[in-house]
Amino acid sequence: MSKVDKKTVEYVAELARINLTEEEKESLGQELSKIISYVDQLKELDTQEVEPLRELQAKGDVFRPDKVSPSGCRAEILNNSPLSEGDYFKIPRVIE
Amino acid sequence: MQDLKKLDQPLSSFVQVFDQPIKGEGKSPLAGSAIAIKDNICIKGKTITCASKILAGHKAVYNATVIDKLKAAGLVIVGTTNLDEFAFGSSTENSCYGPTKNPWDLTRVPGGSSGGSAAAVAARLVPFALGSDTGGSIRQPAAFCGVVGFKPTYGRVSRYGLIAFGSSLDQIGPLTTNFSDCAELLNIISGHDPKDSTSAFLETPDFTKSLKVPVKEIKVGLPKEYFSQGLDAQVKEAISSTADILKKKKVIFKEISLPHSRYAVATYYIIASSEASSNLQRFDGVRYGLRAVTKSLADLYARTRQQGFGLEAKRRIFLGTYSLSSGYYDAYYLKALKVRRLIKSDFDKAFEEVDAVLTPTSPTVAFKLGERVKDPLSMYLSDVYTIPANLSGLPAVSFPCGFDKQGLPIGAQLISRAFDEETLIKLGSAFEESTDFHKQIPVFKEK
Repeated sequence: MSKVDKKTVEYVAELARINLTEEEKESLGQELSKIISYVDQLKELDTQEVEPLRELQAKGDVFRPDKVSPSGCRAEILNNSPLSEGDYFKIPRVIE
Repeated sequence: MQDLKKLDQPLSSFVQVFDQPIKGEGKSPLAGSAIAIKDNICIKGKTITCASKILAGHKAVYNATVIDKLKAAGLVIVGTTNLDEFAFGSSTENSCYGPTKNPWDLTRVPGGSSGGSAAAVAARLVPFALGSDTGGSIRQPAAFCGVVGFKPTYGRVSRYGLIAFGSSLDQIGPLTTNFSDCAELLNIISGHDPKDSTSAFLETPDFTKSLKVPVKEIKVGLPKEYFSQGLDAQVKEAISSTADILKKKKVIFKEISLPHSRYAVATYYIIASSEASSNLQRFDGVRYGLRAVTKSLADLYARTRQQGFGLEAKRRIFLGTYSLSSGYYDAYYLKALKVRRLIKSDFDKAFEEVDAVLTPTSPTVAFKLGERVKDPLSMYLSDVYTIPANLSGLPAVSFPCGFDKQGLPIGAQLISRAFDEETLIKLGSAFEESTDFHKQIPVFKEK
């Protein structure tokens, strides 16, 4: 009666860009089924008239002056990449 | 610093002890004091790991705003502390470095996710530490280790430079051995920051002015839902005694109801995981740390994330991605946002009658290492009392309020209105004045 079947696990894995072994698919599916049965308790509540809470303090949009200022850490950011060349991150070829 | 490394050996509370501590230049009452930083807060030039393999070798390229503030106040940053990977957990067992141990009993967890910070302060390795709290990650380990752990109001402290977990829930806060130190550290780290658009446009009060002042006629609610099933009898008793001590100081107690709090864990796991799945998209093998060797870009993402993320991180990314995916969004994510409003409204109503709420911090004392790792739900439920404050953006603190028969510390939690940290400091320091639980120092033993 697993709620999260293998097909769903594979679909979510693709959306999340995470490769899984067959074992991981099995165990994650089972664990997620349990967790989802637990969170399904929210369905008991009638929330038709309730506005979703999207912002804790209603401040509206916060603006700052549109002024250019250097962040000054390009070299460090590139250094953190597993592979970079010049001012670019390097990845496998995308277009053949 | 060699000494610190050695003293920490039985606990493994530190991820890094710096050979050269970072000495701030400025002045403040805390100038010269040592502080440890949870390893998910950026310190420029230092390795930051979030206890995850996926960030292997990553060096922070800027200081978190709180780090700049600590330096300006003259504190000395001695190292970084262990945590559950990306702060996902309640035991510090989900760390790629292995678990931290509880200084009161080395066979038990220190709580989590800021378990390293709590254990280091409890063991008096450092007087100050910073943690982060998304669902209880400062308060629950503070309770398990017998220290004061404070989660400020959402927006009180800048989140700039804190590696994001749940952006609408995360707050940085202090772990200390007493309320006086807590108030001093809050003074330093609070305040508006243009680099965090959710930080509040508010002046920071002098929190030390709330120390040891009369608490007569402050009204405190005891929510009946927090004292029912699942609560350990000794923890329950310790909270009653806490109320009794405050009653002697003329604090007024009354029973209140927070009826939707029972839905908090479910609501939290949907919202926090959804936000986490989005925040963790950036760890894809291109700009940070680990990269799997592959031929195609799609494969590079998927294999890097397979190798780099631990099991709990994968669980949360999965639950979050599932809750946000088309077809499930309304039933899970949107539903959770609606219940989040109901939970917050309960507090709004309660605060018409009372100034603060007293609850246990966690249903039990520190549990054994390994006891809950295989059962994610039982792990999640150790945060049942701390999560509502995050969902509602409210300030909350855990402080030592007793010991069980085995000598393990018990924590009490106080929650107050948004931006009223002062009431928590007033009540907590008044309690501390009449008790000496916070003065007990652990001897590393296996019980």
